[in-house]
Amino acid sequence: MSGTEGTKGAHELVPISPGSPSAAGPQHATPLLDVRNLMVRFGRGMPVVNDISFTIAPGETFGLVGESGSGKSVTSRALLGLTGSNAHVAATRLTLAAAAADGVLDLRQLSARAWRGVRGARVGYVPQAALVGLDPLRPVGREIGDALRLHTKLSPVERRAEVSELLAAAGVPEPELRAVQRPYELSGGLRQRVLIAAAIALRPSLLIADEPTTALDASVQAGILNLLERLRQNGTAILLISHDLSVVSRLASRVAVMQHGAIVETGPTARVLDAPQHPYTRQLVAAVPTNRPRGTSLAPQSIAAAPAESPTPAPSPSPSPATAAAPGESAADAELSGPTPAEPPSPAATAAPGESAGPAEAVAPAASPTPAAAGSAAGAGSAAGAAVVLRAHGLSRWFGDRAAVDDVSFTLERGRTLGLVGESGSGKTTVARLVLALTAPDKGDVELLGQPWSALPERERRPNRRRIGAIYQDALSSFDPRLTVGQILSDAASGGRSSRTDVSALLHQVGLSADVAAQRPRFLSGGQQQRVAIARALAPRPDVLICDEPVSSLDVSVQARILDLLDALQRELGVAYLFITHDLGVARHMSDDLLVMRAGRIVESGPTESVFADPREPYTRELLAAAPQLSRLAEPARSR
Amino acid sequence: MTVVISLAVLVFLVVAAVWPDLIAPGDPLAIHPLDAFQPPSAQHLFGTDESGRDIFTRVIHGTRASLLIGVTATAIGIGLGLIFGLLAGLGPRWLDFGTTRLLEVMFAFPGLLLALLFIVIYGPGIVTSTIAVGLSTAPGYARLIRSQTLQVRDAPYLEAALVLGRGSVFRLTRHLLPNVAGTLFVIATLGVGQSIVWASALSYLGLGAVPPSPEWGAMLSAGRTYITSFWWMTFFPGLFIVLSAAAATLLGRGLQQRKRSS
Amino acid sequence: MGSAGSGKSGTVSGSGGNVNTVSYVSDALDVHEHPQTWLARNAPLLRWLALRLLGVVFVLWAVSTITFFAIRLIPGDPAEAILGGPGSQASADSLAAARAEYGLDQPIGIQYLSFLGRLAVGNLGQSYALHQSVASVIGENLISTLTLALAALILAVVIALGLAAWSTRGGRAAAAIGSTLEVVGAAVPHFWLAILAILLFSTTLGWLPPVSVAGPAGLVLPALVLAIPLAGFLGQVMREGLLDALSSPYALSARARGESESGVFWRHALKAAAIPAIGLTGWAFGSLISGAVVVETIFARPGLGRSLLAAVQGRDVPLVVGIVIVVALVYMLVTTATDLAERIIDPRVGRRPDARGSAPRRNTRRARTHAHKDASRSRTHTEIEP
Repeated sequence: MSGTEGTKGAHELVPISPGSPSAAGPQHATPLLDVRNLMVRFGRGMPVVNDISFTIAPGETFGLVGESGSGKSVTSRALLGLTGSNAHVAATRLTLAAAAADGVLDLRQLSARAWRGVRGARVGYVPQAALVGLDPLRPVGREIGDALRLHTKLSPVERRAEVSELLAAAGVPEPELRAVQRPYELSGGLRQRVLIAAAIALRPSLLIADEPTTALDASVQAGILNLLERLRQNGTAILLISHDLSVVSRLASRVAVMQHGAIVETGPTARVLDAPQHPYTRQLVAAVPTNRPRGTSLAPQSIAAAPAESPTPAPSPSPSPATAAAPGESAADAELSGPTPAEPPSPAATAAPGESAGPAEAVAPAASPTPAAAGSAAGAGSAAGAAVVLRAHGLSRWFGDRAAVDDVSFTLERGRTLGLVGESGSGKTTVARLVLALTAPDKGDVELLGQPWSALPERERRPNRRRIGAIYQDALSSFDPRLTVGQILSDAASGGRSSRTDVSALLHQVGLSADVAAQRPRFLSGGQQQRVAIARALAPRPDVLICDEPVSSLDVSVQARILDLLDALQRELGVAYLFITHDLGVARHMSDDLLVMRAGRIVESGPTESVFADPREPYTRELLAAAPQLSRLAEPARSR
Repeated sequence: MTVVISLAVLVFLVVAAVWPDLIAPGDPLAIHPLDAFQPPSAQHLFGTDESGRDIFTRVIHGTRASLLIGVTATAIGIGLGLIFGLLAGLGPRWLDFGTTRLLEVMFAFPGLLLALLFIVIYGPGIVTSTIAVGLSTAPGYARLIRSQTLQVRDAPYLEAALVLGRGSVFRLTRHLLPNVAGTLFVIATLGVGQSIVWASALSYLGLGAVPPSPEWGAMLSAGRTYITSFWWMTFFPGLFIVLSAAAATLLGRGLQQRKRSS
Repeated sequence: MGSAGSGKSGTVSGSGGNVNTVSYVSDALDVHEHPQTWLARNAPLLRWLALRLLGVVFVLWAVSTITFFAIRLIPGDPAEAILGGPGSQASADSLAAARAEYGLDQPIGIQYLSFLGRLAVGNLGQSYALHQSVASVIGENLISTLTLALAALILAVVIALGLAAWSTRGGRAAAAIGSTLEVVGAAVPHFWLAILAILLFSTTLGWLPPVSVAGPAGLVLPALVLAIPLAGFLGQVMREGLLDALSSPYALSARARGESESGVFWRHALKAAAIPAIGLTGWAFGSLISGAVVVETIFARPGLGRSLLAAVQGRDVPLVVGIVIVVALVYMLVTTATDLAERIIDPRVGRRPDARGSAPRRNTRRARTHAHKDASRSRTHTEIEP
């Protein structure tokens, strides 16, 4: 396969039908892998994996879905005998069908030496950390060659030829050249392909892929998933482990959902996604923002059902977002946040008079659950000539001879959300930095609230910095490690002179209890950290909030709650969001209007629903096609 | 565990330095020519030297001088390192460039070389050797503090403070300096051990404290002549050097790990 | 397989839905172009090396200048020092003669320029005490000290590596013993170690001479004494490197490929642990030279260290300056060589992460937390100290 072949085919999806006959399901005569009552425990601790059972048929893709800490990765380690010396692994049955007709291999009784014969040869493993899964100091071809060296008697010359073939089979262009390069010289997608090439070197009958596409761009992700599907069609069974329901739904014929070390639900993928039985599965499916109209709630307790409140200056018993967000946050969150009283009026509800200027369009989307209505409401809002809070005009920024941002213009109105989507390296974050005046534009300018912003010297900008806030992907690193949550928040609100009640009001506003104030952020869960970041960003009552991938590193159910919280806060405070994300589903759910960015340029813009319904640019279409979606499987057309 | 043991050793050494008479009542300089060269016994725990002075008493009473030299030298080193490191880390680009080049030049005098050069100029003695050790450790501290400063300066939380509209004075005093200082304690603990070893080496070479002062290095130097016949004269002062240096290092590493894991 | 879904979600269906169409073009676009000639490929490295050597010249000039002016701070008349110090009671005539001989009657600027001029041709002046050219004194002693330092360095690396390897793979007790030995080793002063070594190997056992004699037997004790503290330092660094590598995701992929523990160690971990150790070699060489001052004195072994100490004690300024300059030069050359080695082993060192080649920023936290989880889990596997 040559590197020049069909550039336009780069992001095309291979149609995949998880229900195809080769994936016969659990009734298959002799399962390839049979796991019964598997338990894994470290030291004297509680079991991390507790009594799970599943089977995988030859040539089947079986999905294992769970959020972080669910025990899915430990399960994969147990199947490879790599849980470590201080782990206890027990099972009533743990067998791998042998290649020959001599029955099955009991994995529980393997010696260390016998295990080494199984790993790599009979069971291939694609690790979750694609970017660090290869030895940084060795040419990648050696890593693949190692698998051959360990399990075959091929000469070095034969190995080298085989390595090239494997790389080609894994879709790596120019395999001879790539084989002598080191990992840092390859892109993330190529590194993952190299790891897959190493895993399939011995044609194992089972491939364990642990989060194979995490941290990859959507189009690259689609390519990797296609490759895995092709391997399955060639007869390799795959255990696909992922936190991402959409990834699993693309490939797996059957799926098991893990929570707290146990399988809570298992069945054919279509059935589990269409008609989830277990509450946790229902919660997971509901939390996927793709195709969920703007303004609807993703987390179990629906905020959309509550009467929409306009942010009137008068104290009102508004349904604080806290009540919507607090219940059922991940276990750690729930412990700390506890029951939050609904009666104290949120301080933000009694906001500055200026903020009640354009409440009309803030209410509208909340009251209209359908995308069409949301779209028209958005249209009405802009027609009414709402106040523009942020305007970028012809922004450009070069790094060296490369334009990171090239002639970007947009406007953002009060109380609305402008989505900015693009793949890594498209310049999204540079736009955020330009808007926040952390980087000076080489051309163009930014206006905030109708006043010059990027053109001012920092000293003159400072008094107005409180009008524009930011939250980031990595909330934790944006907190001074020495300070407690309370100190961080009181620093943010009115320059460190705010009282303790202000801090607890801020915490309450984002659904955290007041005792979180004494904690240091690193002891909070990821969701709680992001809530603190939101509270800090909103403390100075900004008009604009720049959200740079705020949910990208969160589990999907936590992500759902954070998105709901941001939605509710926008309705309550009338703050405008510039919402930057790589995730089209999140962007669609959150934005009124959308900008699609590629290589520093805005390639498409418009109301979100019309961009999704009728993408004009080929790139937007590619992006939409490459994004894995749940809905495609859930559509009735799919079931035969 | 190791932290507890090293803390206990350090507490003992500090007590010995502050109230030596609590542990070893007696005059470290008292001469008893008849008791010369006694091997270790119940009466003379560490034996006696060529003038019949009790080595245990001398070692305990020498703790103050030795620790003081180590701590002072470290303080000098870190003080200079702080000045250069902060100048380089916070100053304009040209200042960083200049300071970094200066540090490169200082680094070209490896180890004790800078100390020896300093002693050539100002002559041997306890004060010059202390300053000399501090001076020769300064470039290392400066480099560490510079990289620490740069790391904190570019940390996302400093940018977050800027976005919140904080002025540079607030960012410096509230975030940057406290975070740089937080690491200094660990660095200092690790450094004291090495300073003690270096200073005693200078004393041993006759360039620092001089006999009959009960400084550990000087005692070792005095015992040099009698190595083969009266081993205890050199063994015990040396043991205390190792003990204090190892305890300081272990404590520093323990603190470092605790910081990293928390 | 039919077209799986259609409509507003925007699935591209029908256009080349061939399963075997592998889409990698987007990956390939990210990759750096690779020039093929050796010179072109190594151009950044060569440029770095050229700059680095220029830097060495600059630092050497600065070192010489600083030492030249620093010794002017010495109180007293240098001519007296030449004639045997203040106690020598030399006559005014002989003082004047000495001044003229050493050029001390010239203005300071002239003296500095002629000093630099002489330095440029390798003339380091005359030793006051030895009445011999400094260059020849150094020439006589340099080889001896370098031999000692090199022997100690090799010994230290072997000891450190052995200890680190044993303590990272030998279970909980080995880890505790190993790390304690490293810390204690690093805290032991050379002179005390030398005394113990002489007591043990010479006085008690009688195996080796207490005073350094010519030949390999005379090298053993001094090299060992120099090596042990250094091995303690290197061992600490190597151990961290080994632990990191053994618990890294790439070690996990290697194990999952069927690699044995010793395979992981030799093929992956060793190289990773060597890099920080190589980085420390320059510093180690410096500490060996200062150690040599002590060790050469105790073992009465001729060398630069002992000459330096004698010169310091006798305030033999030209000799001190000469030795300092030569040691600085050797030190910088060693550091340059180790930096070069580091860059060849790990080409990422010193490479500016350009925006193009950098890893995608999003989701890095997830990747990192997962990697961290991996690390902590495997750490329990490799059993580090509690």
